[in-house]
Amino acid sequence: MTRVFIPLDSVAVALGADEVAAKLAAIEGVEVVRNGSRGLLWLEPLVEVETPKGRVAYGPVSEADVDSLLAAGLLDGGDHALCLGLTEEIEFLKNQERLTFARCGVTDPLCLKDYKAHGGLSGLRKALAMEPQDIAEEVMTSGLRGRGGAAFPAGIKWKTVLGAEAAQKYVVCNADEGDSGTFADRMIMEGDPYLLIEGMIIAGLGTGASKGFVYLRSEYPVAKAVFSEALERAYVEGLLGESVLGTGKAFDLELFIGAGAYICGEETSLLDSLEGKRGQVRAKPPLPALEGLNGKPTLVHNVISLCAVPTILAEGGAFYKDYGMGRSTGTMPFQLAGNVRRGGLVEKAFGVTLRELVEGFGGGTRTGRAVKAAQVGGPLGAYIPPALMDTPMDYESFLKIGAGVGHGGIVLYDDTADMAAQAKYAFDFCAHESCGKCTPCRIGAVRGAEVMAKVIAGNDVHGNLALIDDLCEVMTDGSLCAMGGMTPIPVLSAIRHFPDDFLKGDKE
Amino acid sequence: MREGLEVTDAKAQTIGAMDALIAKYVDAQGGLMRALIALNDAYGYIDASALPRLATAFNITKAEVKGVISFYDDFARAPKGEHVLRLCQAEACQAVGSRELTAHACKKADVEMGETRADGRITIEPVYCLGLCANGPAAMVDGKLRARVSEADIDALLQAWEHEA
Ligand SMILES: Cc1cc2nc3c(=O)[nH]c(=O)nc-3n(C[C@H](O)[C@H](O)[C@H](O)COP(=O)(O)O)c2cc1C
Ligand code: SF4
Ligand code: FES
Repeated sequence: MTRVFIPLDSVAVALGADEVAAKLAAIEGVEVVRNGSRGLLWLEPLVEVETPKGRVAYGPVSEADVDSLLAAGLLDGGDHALCLGLTEEIEFLKNQERLTFARCGVTDPLCLKDYKAHGGLSGLRKALAMEPQDIAEEVMTSGLRGRGGAAFPAGIKWKTVLGAEAAQKYVVCNADEGDSGTFADRMIMEGDPYLLIEGMIIAGLGTGASKGFVYLRSEYPVAKAVFSEALERAYVEGLLGESVLGTGKAFDLELFIGAGAYICGEETSLLDSLEGKRGQVRAKPPLPALEGLNGKPTLVHNVISLCAVPTILAEGGAFYKDYGMGRSTGTMPFQLAGNVRRGGLVEKAFGVTLRELVEGFGGGTRTGRAVKAAQVGGPLGAYIPPALMDTPMDYESFLKIGAGVGHGGIVLYDDTADMAAQAKYAFDFCAHESCGKCTPCRIGAVRGAEVMAKVIAGNDVHGNLALIDDLCEVMTDGSLCAMGGMTPIPVLSAIRHFPDDFLKGDKE
Repeated sequence: MREGLEVTDAKAQTIGAMDALIAKYVDAQGGLMRALIALNDAYGYIDASALPRLATAFNITKAEVKGVISFYDDFARAPKGEHVLRLCQAEACQAVGSRELTAHACKKADVEMGETRADGRITIEPVYCLGLCANGPAAMVDGKLRARVSEADIDALLQAWEHEA
């Protein structure tokens, strides 16, 4: 039997991987494994063949290529126009520092045996033998900060939840991943789902919570299918339930699906949604760590934060802290998206420059034209011009240039992009997604879009840009959450760095 | 045909079947959301006749149920077309031509964005990111993910749909 790996990842499937897999599975002597993606997304569907030399990669493979691949000796790693050599030697992959994504694309995501054989559960086994305080302390030592966007120190949150007295506490995983240009949560839930389960159980042990929920957006049907299956198997294997790995410690985990609202990624909105309500943002305090889901102490974390935890427990907080720079410790899965030649996932320690990611890994634009801008950190992130791309990707350096790392998404634009249209879109998106609780956001976004339309049409450009400035100040200072509060960031960064795009309609 | 859309006739939504669906979620965490998702999946939209049933089951007012339904983009209040094309409108797809692709699709299919064509065959709606942002423009075609969608892909799709019996 020759093992052939064909990803079940959304990107691979959206580009025909199921058809390729079906065709190869019908061939005698072939065992098809549906793995996660390696994150070399421009090469998907990426087919790998196990050979004595190692895994040999081919891509992008379509159903129509299968016959010629077989004729060229695919099953022995034979040469072909689509052959990329040994997977591990592909530069894009070789130059990464994979901690969280170390297994993604390597293993069969649904096989718990495979998971264990590749180091899985070693963090959990350690945690099961530790006191909750010591688990939380290990997370504190690692310096891990929330990967969902706000970058709050995880250890502090764990200690707050642990210290709260309550009969029931919860761990809630934020898998709403609404930011355009991000797909790390999706990839890990499809490619290594037991990692998230392991991270959540450890979080339960470290905070005294016996019940967890994963809030997953509905736009991710493949992640839903894979993660549901993993959950079921985790119960069967005794990883979840009344007695985790036979230790007598209980942890239950449920999957909850959203219904198409970006704002439900905001943690308090998410909690209301998880209570079956409109996803309205709650005023803080009370902090969710003290009064969260159903009014009980709740640890809310992004998928990637939770997926860093098994490594931190297995290798120690100090090991994790050795990666990165300053107060930005550990690694970050950066995601290269939009108009990029080599799009995909790059896990690197904090401190890699935006240029290394955009040009080195990404290879510039897909169209081959000049790079005009990168929007970093989702719809509420800044538009950054090439002149600022030598900035290291870490929380502090990005703050200095008026930007944020957010969830690590990088959307690239070529020189045909119109930044005034992007600025208007930022307002339109905010208007569409606003939860409606506070006026600066609810009304401000609509007004902003109207005024920006006038700027684009060339009506009193300078007067209207001054109005936008005022409006942005009101939104920044007066909004209850970052939806309204950070929409000014893409708008103002676009105006600051690309003034010509706003002045071109100027009739004076 | 879209999964779960077999029953598009409102009359087929018998009160009994609806109640049975709703009853499954009454005690679940976030039960109302789960019930709404289940109804939406089973019938393709949430019929007005479900409102009093939901209100009774969850012991809240009809207005509250309505408030929840209207908050979420996924919940439809009327049946959609036989075929649903969701086109990503978010930034990473904009950067690779989703605006032009969307205009092309709407023109070719003769339907406005967010609308169902008068003959009930085709709905085109926006979606804000499918996590295929490195391989845009992205789309969901009758529930299936598609990446790097070209105008030619759209033409082929629409042609296939128009030529169905
Ligand atoms: C408008 C808005 C959208 C957000 N969307 C997400 C999201 O999709 N995923 C996420 O993990 N955090 C999101 N956040 C951040 C969460 O509110 C919260 O900070 C995070 O889930 C905490 O987890 P972490 O500490 O692991 O980052 C969003 C925040 C705002 C204001
Ligand atoms: S800023 Fe916008 S999304 Fe946030 S609470 Fe106010 S209205 Fe709601
Ligand atoms: S922006 Fe279109 S799939 Fe993410």
